[in-house]
Amino acid sequence: MTPEKDEKFPGKLIAVEGLDGSGKSTQIHLVHQWLQSTGYRVFFSEWNSSILVREATRKGKKRQLLTPTTFSLIHATDFADRYERQILPLLRAGYLVLCDRYIFTAFARDAVRGCDRAWLRKLYGFARIPDLTLFFRLPLTVALGRILEGRPQLKYFEAGMDLELNPDITESFRIFQGRVLGEYLTMVNEFGFTVLDATQTVFQQQGIVRRLIQERVDLGFFRKRYLQ
Amino acid sequence: MSLKRTYGMALAGVDLRKLSGTLIAIEGPDSSGRSTQIALLTRWLEQRGHAVAQVELRRSDLVGAELERAKQGNILSPRTLSLFYATDFYDQLENRIVPALRAGFVVLADRYIYTLMARAIVRGAEPEWAASVYSMAIVPDAVFYMTISLATLVQRTFQTHSELDYWESGMDCGLSRDWFQSFVRYQRKIRSEFFKMQTKYAFELVNANRSIAAVDRDLRGRIQLVLDRAEKPETRRVRRGRVN
Repeated sequence: MTPEKDEKFPGKLIAVEGLDGSGKSTQIHLVHQWLQSTGYRVFFSEWNSSILVREATRKGKKRQLLTPTTFSLIHATDFADRYERQILPLLRAGYLVLCDRYIFTAFARDAVRGCDRAWLRKLYGFARIPDLTLFFRLPLTVALGRILEGRPQLKYFEAGMDLELNPDITESFRIFQGRVLGEYLTMVNEFGFTVLDATQTVFQQQGIVRRLIQERVDLGFFRKRYLQ
Repeated sequence: MSLKRTYGMALAGVDLRKLSGTLIAIEGPDSSGRSTQIALLTRWLEQRGHAVAQVELRRSDLVGAELERAKQGNILSPRTLSLFYATDFYDQLENRIVPALRAGFVVLADRYIYTLMARAIVRGAEPEWAASVYSMAIVPDAVFYMTISLATLVQRTFQTHSELDYWESGMDCGLSRDWFQSFVRYQRKIRSEFFKMQTKYAFELVNANRSIAAVDRDLRGRIQLVLDRAEKPETRRVRRGRVN
């Protein structure tokens, strides 16, 4: 677990970030389909948790045992597990790794909960900064509209209820998402996000995303080579 | 009452000025006598009228059980395991140590962040990273590090457990296939990390090769000084040791 962060890897890392409802998961899914069907060494890393960590998280959330610090740490534990088990070996093996959400999700969410920004960046200091981070930018009202029009069952932590912003869960969600967006916007320059206008159609956006990836990544390198 | 500090980073939601208790950390390898001494100190402190709270690693409500399971399986990477331990530590810090200190207890910590940092560093973590993870930890009023010769440690380990522990032997570190050899090498590495941290974190060394009673007398004397200092802030000595 030593200084792998600045090590040169043959692989490349592409991450998508944005608010819930920004359409980022749809876009990265389409990118995955495209690269896979074209025959590239590509891997899609989902925001799934390891079983052990998932159990602890579920227990903590259900019993509301989590403070901002332990909430942040338990997610960092989960991320480290996925990073060292999956993402890092794939990068070393020369894969194109696609991540639906990455450390910036934690930076935004945990900072809103009151964790120190500098501490968070050090905590995740072992994680490599993506070669391309696509940020799907959407006005807050549009994002909220997309999520809330389906009248979803918002979850306690997802709506930031632990912050006691508002006793109404929908109202709390609105305020929370607004703050998360604020955190994201401060990271655009800090981490060199590529900002996309997520009000465009899915098809338009996908065209731009594919072009950006072709510009930034030497796709020829990732073409599958079969051994005789 | 001595004013508490953290190792550089504020602990969200905690007013350090309200922590009137005393935090004492006891470090040292397994079988160095930590828990025996803590039991004796607890009795002594309670007899003298101090309320005592004990904490130890891997006992949090949040992830204690999961950590225990993770240890059994050895399925997590070193970084993941050390972050899991950090989660356990902060859960206990926020939910046990801080409330006890607020209530004026003497908190006896059976190991503290130093063991966690040393273990992570021996397994390849960068020392700065380990320190930053724990930079919100409260600086104890005293840290006692029980030093013991490897020969005595081996004897005591066999006496109490009749076998070596997988993790205390660092068997996950690939130092040797041979358990005994791995134990010796691992314990040396941990000890060397502790000595590297000694000045920065102001460890007080306690010679644990002596009898239980002798170590107990020694610790009582030193803890009495800590308590006296806490009672009389005007004569408080500035503690040695540098904080980030």
